[in-house]
Amino acid sequence: MSTTVDTAAARPAAGATRTRAEGRPLGAWLLALPLALVLGVFLVIPIIMLIVVSFLDYNSVQILWSFVLSNYQEALGSAVTWETFAVTIKYAAITWAITLFLGFWLSYFLAFEVRGTTWQMGLFLVCSIPFLTSNIIRTISWIPALGRNGIVNSVLLHFHIIHQPLTFLLYSQFAIILAFVHLNTLFMVTPIFNSMMRIDRTLIEAARDNGAGFWQTIWNVVLPLSKTGIGIGTIFVITLVMGDFVSVSIMGGGQSASVGIMIQNEMSQLQYPAAAANAVILLAIVLIMVFLILRVVDIRKEL
Amino acid sequence: MHPALDVELISVTKRYGSTAAVENISLRIPRGTYCCLLGPSGCGKTSTLRMIAGHETISEGDIIINGVNVSDLPPVKRGTAMMFQSYALFPHLNCIDNVAFGLKMRGVGKAERRARAGELLSMVQMEKYAERLPAQLSGGQQQRVALARALITRPKVLLLDEPLSALDPFLRGAMREELKRLQRELGISFIHVTHSQEEALALADLVVVMDHGVIVQSGAPREVFDTPATAFIARFMGGHNVITNGHGAFAVRADRCRIAPPTANEGLPGSICSIEYLGAVVKVGIATEAGGQIVALLPDDQFFAAPLMMGAPARLVWAPQDAHPVAA
Repeated sequence: MSTTVDTAAARPAAGATRTRAEGRPLGAWLLALPLALVLGVFLVIPIIMLIVVSFLDYNSVQILWSFVLSNYQEALGSAVTWETFAVTIKYAAITWAITLFLGFWLSYFLAFEVRGTTWQMGLFLVCSIPFLTSNIIRTISWIPALGRNGIVNSVLLHFHIIHQPLTFLLYSQFAIILAFVHLNTLFMVTPIFNSMMRIDRTLIEAARDNGAGFWQTIWNVVLPLSKTGIGIGTIFVITLVMGDFVSVSIMGGGQSASVGIMIQNEMSQLQYPAAAANAVILLAIVLIMVFLILRVVDIRKEL
Repeated sequence: MHPALDVELISVTKRYGSTAAVENISLRIPRGTYCCLLGPSGCGKTSTLRMIAGHETISEGDIIINGVNVSDLPPVKRGTAMMFQSYALFPHLNCIDNVAFGLKMRGVGKAERRARAGELLSMVQMEKYAERLPAQLSGGQQQRVALARALITRPKVLLLDEPLSALDPFLRGAMREELKRLQRELGISFIHVTHSQEEALALADLVVVMDHGVIVQSGAPREVFDTPATAFIARFMGGHNVITNGHGAFAVRADRCRIAPPTANEGLPGSICSIEYLGAVVKVGIATEAGGQIVALLPDDQFFAAPLMMGAPARLVWAPQDAHPVAA
């Protein structure tokens, strides 16, 4: 959502430049200042600190001010790290695929099947209602539903669909993916819906006139024209899932690992430089992913 | 079913809720006809076109295209192709892929469909722009691409929704000639929706004037212009004076009217209230004694041989054979 802040701050600055074309007008700098301060204090400085700390040595009680590469050597030399990163990327990939499927068809329904903007916006707001509660509460609320004696098992047992409670429902990879999908689908719906609302309806008619059936229209017209929304949604979902540790620890029941949990564990053992090194590696991986997505999709089209 | 017809509408009605956009219209369009559906906005001409195209369901009646009742068929099975008012080019595809789209949907291989699309692009003189995206083209160029895209599936009937309205006047004239040339060369029927009577007269073999969801007159352009059936048509076609006297209403072409001195014992008395020099003709307005304004278009040489003065009393006269009775 920082993109909206970004453009809002950038536009007045551009306007000021136009009124005084010569040199660098003071007004433009002043207008850019608040955003620059916010990003500087809350983003740039912490990341610099993170990178600095990741190269520092430490013992069991304190950080030592000497430059070392051992944090990275240990992290990259450990099979556990690689496995944890692999599992986290797997979660991200599965969650991405499911949220993309759901997000695409929910958006399609809202944008093309629902008649009238009132209904469209109304239903869209309904989608966002769960976001009035926090991520953690929404995750925890799955426990009574999915537990051994939870609602799902009780109902299935009651109707004799199953004879033993299903144990994979909670504290499992299934539970983790379910929570991720639940938490993140709206981040896919919003940008794709936005893209689809910009598709000229006569294009759908033109496709039909040219002999395209439903799936051909989806594949040849709707999907390519929703690409930007899909790209933005993908960035949201992947960055949120890659950095998560709460959902994995609640839904995995302490049995599952993720990069977030690994970093959290290192911090709880006061191994800040090791945690920082893993965080920098995670950041690098996520940035590479975002870079690759931006290579495929020009998200500036939507801004 | 008539073998020599491309399109036949039989008592076609389109209702939206309780209001009828098109009411019980019947029309026969012979083979290879340039047909213009003409009328003011909201007259039902676009709904009619969209029903022929299959983008709008028919509430009642039937549409026969090339001897087949297509009323319940999807657009692709009708042998029609539509050119949309906004052109509706796919913004993510370049010109050649836009034109080839219909063939791709029919499963034609890439090399073959691109070759065909190339031919059609050269037919509309756009082959140089094959790799451009629609956003990189001017309105006139986009229209040519849209035309090529509509023609690639070899339709029997081409449907054009206000094709010239988005162009500037110079391009409009050039494109108009081009549409007529294409229609003649392809030998298929064009059905062209327009609100410009000038466009309809210049292009059509068959002018169909619509108003309030019904066809008020259809015929050859000269017939519709020379003998408008109603006062509405006379006013809509322009260039006519609609005059009511004791026997009813009649229409006289303004260019057949002359200005006579106030002493003449025929015509309508009044005083000259406007003089506009239009180049080849001079448009003289007369405020009649009965109220209202009538117009004479005088050849410039005739006008300047005996210039008229603003406010001068005068009479508008015409030959009796030029007055055509019209229904009110």
